[in-house]
Amino acid sequence: MQINVLEYFERGALAGQRGKTAVLDQGRSFTFDDIARSAKNCAALILEAASVRSLPIAVFLPKSAETIVADLGVLYSGHCYANLDLKSPIERLKATLNNLGASLIITSEAHAPVLHGLGVPEDRILLVEGAMQAGVRHDEAALCERWHALVDTDPLCIIHTSGSTGTPKGVVLSHRNTIDFMDWVFERLQLQGGEIIGSLSPFYFDIYTLELYLCLAKGATLVIIPEQCAVFPAKLLEFVAAQGINFVFWVPTIMVNIANQDLLSAFPVPGLRKIFFAGEVFPTKPLNYWRRHLPAAMFVNLYGPIEISVDCTYFVVDRDLADDEKLPIGFPCRNTDVLILNEQNLPVKSDEPGELCVRGSSIALGYWNNPERTAQAFVQNPLNPHYPELIYRTGDIVYRNPRGEIMIVGRKDFQIKHLGYRIDLGEIEHAALQVAGIDNACVVYGRDKKEITLFFESAEELSAAMIRRRLAEFLPKYMLPTTLHHVDQLPRNPNGKIDRHRLALRIGERDEA
Amino acid sequence: MKHSTAVTALAALLQEIRPEHDFTASRDFLGEGLLDSFDMITLVATLDKAFGISIAGVDIVPEHFRNLDSIAALLGKYAAAP
Repeated sequence: MQINVLEYFERGALAGQRGKTAVLDQGRSFTFDDIARSAKNCAALILEAASVRSLPIAVFLPKSAETIVADLGVLYSGHCYANLDLKSPIERLKATLNNLGASLIITSEAHAPVLHGLGVPEDRILLVEGAMQAGVRHDEAALCERWHALVDTDPLCIIHTSGSTGTPKGVVLSHRNTIDFMDWVFERLQLQGGEIIGSLSPFYFDIYTLELYLCLAKGATLVIIPEQCAVFPAKLLEFVAAQGINFVFWVPTIMVNIANQDLLSAFPVPGLRKIFFAGEVFPTKPLNYWRRHLPAAMFVNLYGPIEISVDCTYFVVDRDLADDEKLPIGFPCRNTDVLILNEQNLPVKSDEPGELCVRGSSIALGYWNNPERTAQAFVQNPLNPHYPELIYRTGDIVYRNPRGEIMIVGRKDFQIKHLGYRIDLGEIEHAALQVAGIDNACVVYGRDKKEITLFFESAEELSAAMIRRRLAEFLPKYMLPTTLHHVDQLPRNPNGKIDRHRLALRIGERDEA
Repeated sequence: MKHSTAVTALAALLQEIRPEHDFTASRDFLGEGLLDSFDMITLVATLDKAFGISIAGVDIVPEHFRNLDSIAALLGKYAAAP
């Protein structure tokens, strides 16, 4: 019986592959043994500094082997980790830390000054360098006792996502949630440990969950792709080929760029065997380009918000799709049930659209310190009046096609996916209203051009540079509007609400944004 | 367009994208962390639009985006192309 994700590591890679390479990070190589020793040393340091179990410990580090050591150290000490975005603007970081109330923040000497600047007291900061030093400085039995005392519904990690009020929401995921997903993915998608993972997403994304536990459970090697490569698609492909990477789990954005620029002809990556993608819709034409270049590879479209632990539906692309045919999100993962509910909270009839709702062991515990938003999204199953049973309302509108595959239509609210990031347009509007001179603001997303457009009302002329600079104090870069439009007055509906539809038409969108 | 004109136009465009940096003073945007992957997406789209070109993927490499001079040289190549 498995209760804790650490059992993946202890019974997996550590049982038979201690000397194998676990992580490759910019020329540095770490075996599973190295990772385990450093992680346990880290746990010992944590226990000296923080004794309250199950409270979150924040990790403020660049994407590196050290983050993995810190996260595992947190788990061995019986706590849950929250990886933060190093590039987050100060105001957003402050709001996130305040909401978390972390008992401890793990960082490095290079990044500690940012935390000092925020007024984090010295005794709440732990430097990862101490854990990376050679030698065993932990008591194995004491650590064991610690994490063995947890139950599988205890929190494993907290992953932040955009919230309309300006403060990111922290999704609390349990060990059970993650084990439920990982066991399924290992079996159904045939992940056996020979994988060399090309890790491209930030470690504060949930894609990392799959990469990390695949590495620990099966002994796969996780290769951290340097950020420079992510900037240049051609470099990225060269890196993938040179490192012998055979498995990737990426967001489609970069893969669409590669297809549009026909880079696979100039920089072939024949070693890629499994290509998973998630985070946004992969347009079929560029997907077909990838499939033509890698006919033997397995392509899998995974779908799911963070709140259901990585993903809840999947589609193995195993049949021909016309360039103009939409890619299905497919079928629910095992031990996950999908309800498609209409506005009366009743199951839709065959091919009617409705909101995708999820039930099963993979549903997150809720939002950290946010009972209100938790109660809105995690609700009693309306089809079950007999006993407490929570389902998660995704807000995504879907229908089933005649093959029974689930197809995505759009959103119930103003949440978008941009460059793989989930963004609540309300958060950008909230930030825009903090700019001196802006009286009213509305943000519209152009799906075709992938542009975030800010329409704003202001009495005086405001320079784009000034607005951007101010917004960057609150918003991460991927949320900054691409285009700014000054308007004398935002268009209104007859009922006085801002007419988003008319604004969407102005930027050439056919559908409501 | 003359190289020097292109450099001036580029400096103004970059200033719009990242107002907090002084691009005229840097010889190595990437090494000094002035541009990251989000900026590159915006920058390439902006250049395409502003100069009516379509920069090919094989040209989106570090060598062409090191500083104002190297980007201007890249633009020169596209301007000269038929």
